[in-house]
Amino acid sequence: MVSISFLALLLGWELLVVWGEYDRFILPGPSDVWQQLQIVVGDGRLQQHSLITLSEVIPGLLIGCVIALPLGYLLAKSPLAARLISPYLIASQAIPVIAIAPLLTIWVRSTYWARVLVAVLVVFFPILINIIAGLRSVPIELYDLMASLHATRWQTFRKLEFPAALPVILAGLKVGATLSVIGALVGEFVQPKSEGLGFLLVTARYQFKTDLVFVVLLTLALIALSLYGLVALLEKRLLRWQQAGSHQKM
Amino acid sequence: MIDKRPFLTTTDLSFVFAEQLHVLDGISLHIQEGAFVALVGPSGVGKSTLLRLFGGLLPPTSGQVLLQGQPPLAHRSPIGIVFQRDGLMPWRTVWDNVALPLELQGVQKGEMRNGRIQAMLDLVGLNGFEHSYPAQLSGGMAQRVSIARALVHEPALLLLDEPFGALDALTRERMGQELLHIWQAMPVTVFMVTHSIMEAVLLADEVLVMNGQPATGNPAKITARIPINLPRPRHLEMQATADFQQDVATIRQAIAGFP
Ligand SMILES: Nc1ncnc2c1ncn2[C@@H]1O[C@H](COP(=O)(O)OP(=O)(O)OP(=O)(O)O)[C@@H](O)[C@H]1O
Ligand SMILES: [Mg+2]
Repeated sequence: MVSISFLALLLGWELLVVWGEYDRFILPGPSDVWQQLQIVVGDGRLQQHSLITLSEVIPGLLIGCVIALPLGYLLAKSPLAARLISPYLIASQAIPVIAIAPLLTIWVRSTYWARVLVAVLVVFFPILINIIAGLRSVPIELYDLMASLHATRWQTFRKLEFPAALPVILAGLKVGATLSVIGALVGEFVQPKSEGLGFLLVTARYQFKTDLVFVVLLTLALIALSLYGLVALLEKRLLRWQQAGSHQKM
Repeated sequence: MIDKRPFLTTTDLSFVFAEQLHVLDGISLHIQEGAFVALVGPSGVGKSTLLRLFGGLLPPTSGQVLLQGQPPLAHRSPIGIVFQRDGLMPWRTVWDNVALPLELQGVQKGEMRNGRIQAMLDLVGLNGFEHSYPAQLSGGMAQRVSIARALVHEPALLLLDEPFGALDALTRERMGQELLHIWQAMPVTVFMVTHSIMEAVLLADEVLVMNGQPATGNPAKITARIPINLPRPRHLEMQATADFQQDVATIRQAIAGFP
């Protein structure tokens, strides 16, 4: 099904280019993009820039999670902390990252870490929100159960809160995975350093190599899709019990 | 079976929610070891609140709860609890749900632990469902898992909050009988909240009646304690006897006749 719809999309695209008689630098056809793809893969440029971008995306995603998890726990558990911290968190989300990113590149010396930090900023919030929602969804009965069994705080976290919140956390991670690519790209846009898919995209646009712009866009989509797929796979492994529930009752 | 040592006692117990809703007032009770006590009363009166105080899950606003002379959570054998719903962990299999109390007590995996879990599953009739997840179980089976989990660590006190409230009438009767069997097979004291007067009379040694209306500023009290003298073992046919119906009528009056 997916492959058929994809072929139809390509065909429609090619026809649009042929009938509309667009110039190549306005709307290149799939065949132009294909040729360009072979060139940049052939000389290794695409792989090189993709690796750079990936090396920002993945730490961005991981660091975002590592910060969001304890902070989410704190905000979900302590009304005082929630009152003190949430206004700043929400305000920080009202400012577009693209506006903060230039500042970060001034404050953070390392170009690389400035880009990672932008990715962290983008990823962090949706994951945080989902962690809080997940922790708040734990039924009070199960807290009573753990208390009645003299469970320690750590046991309650490990055996109750974490597994109970996991489905919602993983849903947040899926959103975060796709956003992390955007974050790294924004970091690359504002950061004048000659590497990364963002850099490739900007230079291609300046040179009116619209087919190369398409190649980069498709690569970005592929990266985002793969990360999403990875989280989905993780979800399938960790949440096997959810599939059990969809079978008929025994 | 009934021993006269003080087992669970409350003295002048009061509870206020969030410094504004006065739910329970001046509750002094004692429950004997090995007894089966039921609590009935109108909805919202504070039955679950009292049950949670018994378990040490809420701190009393004043007065105290003592389980064999100690605060409930300080007692060496943790209590067992069964809720009306949402009581199982959906990500754990039946086996792992029942294993939880032993896990938390640090009982190592091994023959002894497996033996206890298997024995409990046998007792509640869940052989062959060890690897099922809660979502695959009927309501009655899920409550059996809850009962097995509540008893696997051999608690001295079993607290049940409307354990059969979400079940159909037939399953409910059967589960009541099974609970009686289990209670007779184990040295455990049972405190059960129920909405069904008939169920209370059929199962319990004593029925407590709670009245009041906390929402309108009338904190709840225990307004009657009715001993049930039907012989044991109890069975469903007893519901037709005059004694049974007399007790049911007495309790109904005790609820309706307040204040
Ligand atoms: N977490 C809470 N915060 C504030 N008020 C509460 C809370 N839980 C219960 N209450 C209130 O305390 C009173 C007693 O509640 P409780 O759940 O003990 O009643 P109940 O007798 O068990 O009712 P039901 O038969 O419907 O289960 C009610 O007025 C209820 O609204
Ligand atoms: Mg209740």
